[in-house]
Amino acid sequence: MNERQVELEILRYDPETDQQPSFQIYLVPCQEDWVVLDAINYVKDNLDRTLSYRWSCHMAVCGSCGMMINGEPALSCKTFLRDLPETIRIEPLANFPIERDLVVVMDDFMNKLGKVKPYLLPREKKAVENGSYLQSPAQLKKFRQYTLCINCTLCYAACPQYAHNEGFVGPAALALAHRYNLDSRDVGRRARQDVVASNEGIWECSFVGACSDVCPEHVDPAGAIQQTKIASTIDYFKDLILPRRD
Amino acid sequence: MDMITTDIVIVGAGGAGLRAAIAIAEENPDLDIALLSKVYPMRSHTVAAEGGAAGVAKDNDSLDNHFNDTVTGGDWLCDQDAVDLFVEQAPKELTQMEHWGCPWSRDSDGGVAVRPFGGMKVERTWYAADKTGFHMLHTLFQTSLKYPAIKRYDEFYSTDLLVVDGRCCGVAAIEMRSGQLRLFRAKAVIIATGGAGRIFPFTTNGAIKTGDGMAMAYRAGVPLKDMEFIQYHPTGLPGTGILITEGSRGEGGILVNKDGYRYLQDYDLGPPDPWPRKKAMELGPRDRLSQAFWHEHQKGRTIDTPHGDVVHLDLRHLGEKMINERLPMVRDLAISYVGIDPVDAPIPVRPVVHYTMGGIDCDIEAKTSLDGLFAAGECACVSINGANRLGSNSLTELLVFGARAGRGAAKLAAASRSHTDETAIREQAQIAQNRVRKLFLNVGGGESIAGLRREMNITMEAGAGIYRTEESLNRSCAVMNDLRDRYARVELEDKSNVYNTDLIQALELGAMIDVAGAIATSALNRKESRGSHQRLDFKERNDETYLKHSLAHYDAREAPRIDYRDVVITRSKPGARVYGGESK
Amino acid sequence: MSRKPYVRTTSTSSWWLAQPRYIRYMAREVSCILIGAYSAVVVIGLLRLSEGAAAWISFLESLQSPVSIVFHLLALAFALYHTTTWFNVTPKAMPLQFGQTQLPGGVIIGAHYAGWVLVSALILYLVGI
Repeated sequence: MNERQVELEILRYDPETDQQPSFQIYLVPCQEDWVVLDAINYVKDNLDRTLSYRWSCHMAVCGSCGMMINGEPALSCKTFLRDLPETIRIEPLANFPIERDLVVVMDDFMNKLGKVKPYLLPREKKAVENGSYLQSPAQLKKFRQYTLCINCTLCYAACPQYAHNEGFVGPAALALAHRYNLDSRDVGRRARQDVVASNEGIWECSFVGACSDVCPEHVDPAGAIQQTKIASTIDYFKDLILPRRD
Repeated sequence: MDMITTDIVIVGAGGAGLRAAIAIAEENPDLDIALLSKVYPMRSHTVAAEGGAAGVAKDNDSLDNHFNDTVTGGDWLCDQDAVDLFVEQAPKELTQMEHWGCPWSRDSDGGVAVRPFGGMKVERTWYAADKTGFHMLHTLFQTSLKYPAIKRYDEFYSTDLLVVDGRCCGVAAIEMRSGQLRLFRAKAVIIATGGAGRIFPFTTNGAIKTGDGMAMAYRAGVPLKDMEFIQYHPTGLPGTGILITEGSRGEGGILVNKDGYRYLQDYDLGPPDPWPRKKAMELGPRDRLSQAFWHEHQKGRTIDTPHGDVVHLDLRHLGEKMINERLPMVRDLAISYVGIDPVDAPIPVRPVVHYTMGGIDCDIEAKTSLDGLFAAGECACVSINGANRLGSNSLTELLVFGARAGRGAAKLAAASRSHTDETAIREQAQIAQNRVRKLFLNVGGGESIAGLRREMNITMEAGAGIYRTEESLNRSCAVMNDLRDRYARVELEDKSNVYNTDLIQALELGAMIDVAGAIATSALNRKESRGSHQRLDFKERNDETYLKHSLAHYDAREAPRIDYRDVVITRSKPGARVYGGESK
Repeated sequence: MSRKPYVRTTSTSSWWLAQPRYIRYMAREVSCILIGAYSAVVVIGLLRLSEGAAAWISFLESLQSPVSIVFHLLALAFALYHTTTWFNVTPKAMPLQFGQTQLPGGVIIGAHYAGWVLVSALILYLVGI
């Protein structure tokens, strides 16, 4: 296996000693099939034990290892060194406060995820003893894509609206609301409307589309938001013409 | 030190922990729940499980079938009363998941689809494409957001159980973002922290699978049961160890050696056709498949690669449409991590450590021998998996026993009128704090975390791998003892407070060293071969002496003391594990 | 107590220069300005038409100035960019699924272009070309 030397420029920040973050350079001997995470692990195990970062599965399904790699939000476990130049700039995920080194504060995202009521609000009540709800493969296909979000928040790092307005509910949370709205077993669209169809919900989005560009699971949150805009607008006019009785 | 008083503490927010939390919130909405996890819940390793969750679904299947498959698969080391309960609860729990929105794959009639899986006579594995664990975890996490009673403490690393007067009354946990130790006082504690695959160098397991909860219970006096049984999943990617689901064999994938020969037929799993066929060939149990690889390797029939020897998993005959429909993640993983498109070429695979059958000794109610302490999921050993787990039983196990632990803890908490005396619990918490502080105070010991971890990895793979001998195990036990002494001299290079991962890794290493000692010693003492514990010097199963669970009891200085407890046998007497042949 | 999360600020004026995709987005948004300006020119033209032949001829002459030519070329370029970028994202906003198959995005986009050509042809016909 061929080895090559790679230079990592990592943005460091220790709140107890630093006024602001600064770059530190590490020279790492790398295998040709390595990902950026392997290089970072090498740094931690052999060069600098003080480097803090998140990771777990190493197979792009847990969503822990999001970071800025040469200015682009990416999963470090699925970014291959073979696709990168010899100098790699690594920074914590954009648009989130830095806790320490490559670890960002996730509180805002976690709050927003909860706000959109991301759980099934069933159309019909059914006891577990009476079996599953029926759902055809076609019905499953309608929302399946939007179930694939691994909550890595690369989309928030890419979104200029979120960068400039931290109140924006954001791509992943809105895509998750859409996932439930499209699920044939769910009737929660109205219940989610307050948060989803608010000024800080879908209407903050100007369809930059960067979120969908960087999404590692091809969830297409931008598409989800535009579809929700159409659905909400139709709801709005329906309510205007035929006001609901409840 | 800050004290948080609650009714129930759950350590671990993966499938079992979340299921327990929801069970408590539904059973008794007045109870307060503190759900602690060292990672955000969506990062829990449940997320990486792929193939499916087993539960009787079809009319041509029966609970008896599921029972027999599980007990046989476990080489009769399963407690049969527990297995009976498990198979009976399984369909209900999986249906409950569907009611919570889990996107199970469907048949054309709209019912939930099931696929064949290793060691199972009839197909009963519910699946969500090839990301079942991911979908289950996210469904459970999102559902948990409905319940205000569940208060989450994300990125809290639990270090110690707090025990007063023989009762477990809380945990001490480090708030990772501040480095402060917090004391949680509760009326019941549930541990759901997962397995310990990171003890080994090649594993499907993520970084977080370091046996923390197992070690906490172990040190508090609860024995670890059946630790010698470590499952090697037959198909992991070379180098990274990334899991390639058994589901790919369930859909018809085959394993061939360097001559393109389906070698499993040489190991009592044939004949090779008709294919696919349940319980035969590539749908045999995991222990037998991993052992077959080892033999092929000895015979020089495996394929050499820069990342070690492999065999080939061939999916080409399934066709692109089916692969995209049922195994899309497998295709993506193969292309990304080994540069192979399974539509055009076979995937290189080898056995890698995947699952810890053993764990915290608990009973059918998920209760441990320590009052107030429950355990569920991979960290626990009831035992329903025995000496070898069948694929897709563990995702269901999370639900059945997670719910059971939750309900048990809820009952206990509701019945307990008062909390433990504050002074007494603070004393225990102080002991915990001193233990952690010691890591900051060590200077000049010369031991590195990465170095000790590497040595542990090497000795455990060499000595306690797929095949073991007295000599190899003795060596591993000696090395682990030595590592434990050296660990006391580990010096932290990072002495900061905010998100100090050097500290967390040091604590994780400590947990792994303790658990690894239990694995090696239990394996040394079991002088027979059963399921995934194979001895070259004791090749046969010995039911007379060893139809028993091993129990490892922690000792702070010496190797653990091992004693035994009879397996609960109700209606299935130990027989031969027969796979292959004609389908029945 | 020892925490001190660091907030990085994003420039409100130059953020879009960081990546090509943001520059393309800004170009799409800026196209509205030019399209709006062109619409204003058309409205002014109508106004001049209503003021009589002299005003109308003077308006047509002013359209032939170099500044006007450059503006019209730019406006046309941006209008085309605006149209094509929006056409290309329509499948994301309106996915169409029949049974288990999703209509390929290309079909939806193609339909938009086809519609555009048809309407343009119709207008040209009505105008006598």
